[in-house]
Amino acid sequence: MVNLVLIFLAASITHNIVLTYFLGVCPFIGVSKKIEQAVGMGLATTFVMTVAAIVTWLIYHFILIRFGLPFLQYVSFIIVIASLVQIVEMFIRKFSPPLYRALGIYLPLITTNCAILGLTLFMVLRDYDFFESVVFGLGSGAGFTLALIIMAGIREELECCDIPKPLEGAGITLIIAGILALTFMGFSGLISN
Amino acid sequence: MNCNINPACDKSNKCFGCGKEFSKGLWGENPIFVQVLGMCPTLAVTTKAVFGLSMGMATTFVLFCSSLVISSMRKIIPPQVRIATFTVIIATFVTCADYILKANFYTISKALGPYVPLIVVNCIILGRQEAFSSKNSVLKSLADALGMGIGFSGVLILLGGIREFLGFGTIFQQEILGKWFEHWVIMALPAGAFITLGFLIGLFNLIRSRK
Repeated sequence: MVNLVLIFLAASITHNIVLTYFLGVCPFIGVSKKIEQAVGMGLATTFVMTVAAIVTWLIYHFILIRFGLPFLQYVSFIIVIASLVQIVEMFIRKFSPPLYRALGIYLPLITTNCAILGLTLFMVLRDYDFFESVVFGLGSGAGFTLALIIMAGIREELECCDIPKPLEGAGITLIIAGILALTFMGFSGLISN
Repeated sequence: MNCNINPACDKSNKCFGCGKEFSKGLWGENPIFVQVLGMCPTLAVTTKAVFGLSMGMATTFVLFCSSLVISSMRKIIPPQVRIATFTVIIATFVTCADYILKANFYTISKALGPYVPLIVVNCIILGRQEAFSSKNSVLKSLADALGMGIGFSGVLILLGGIREFLGFGTIFQQEILGKWFEHWVIMALPAGAFITLGFLIGLFNLIRSRK
């Protein structure tokens, strides 16, 4: 039980998936301009991450390992993730058109979000069992959403600031991300492993 | 016959425009500085220049091979399933690259870790297939792939070189600065990666605006 809490805390705070493992940096730079967008993207991604963790764990242990096909890992995982995103997109379009319009192009982009494939690969690498994988998916989603919301808040404040022209856009966002990463490093003493 | 005028031109036995397709990836449409794609591996593996070089070569390999296959098959892939097809083809070549690295360069493979399979979701590769290889001839797609790959590798080596130089005092494992140099530990950490890349992009934009 404590193990599960530790995994959640590690994934969301001390080893934040964006600020420590550099997964999900592309949407992190792209979607972090407004807080509502960030929240929507973060929640959609968390949902996809958790379901993807469950489905890929099942596929890996009950199909790939049993039939001796570990080399099909990358191909099968990415197919699962792509299908999941497609389903989530259809679901959101049907049940919440305003959210669908707000997220726009970013929904299909969740497929190429390194964070989702990355977390499934980490899950296999660290040999998590089923419940650890679910918690890892939830924690990574929470960490991603957290980083996204913080960045969106900072960028909204920056809108009326005087940024040097060459640094506008990706440049200043990356520098802010670096400072955020430094700040999150302060949490690393929370968990001793 | 100038391919630049008609980019969808198929009858390119002798393509003068291929040079342009190749060179745009190096500067004008550099995947990292201009298109801002492929950030994840750029930041993650560039703790040392040699890792940047290896990741760059692995990505160029996957990009080259997938462009070859996809532009050869572009007439027979149905548009509705094209993204899925591209992804499966890319994933197959990434699996090859991963196993080749594991077999021949085990230390580098261990250092690059899970970021090699993450080439599958590297936006640069899918982006090039969608925007270019699926609509252009094999020769031009290969030129485009090589240009983008080398442009990408160049930035990786640059970033890796800076971080290694300031963080360890070495370049490509050669000791450059002596014992007097206090290592900038931050360069080996994620924060250093973000900040250095941010300034590099700013520098690139500055140079571009001056031209």
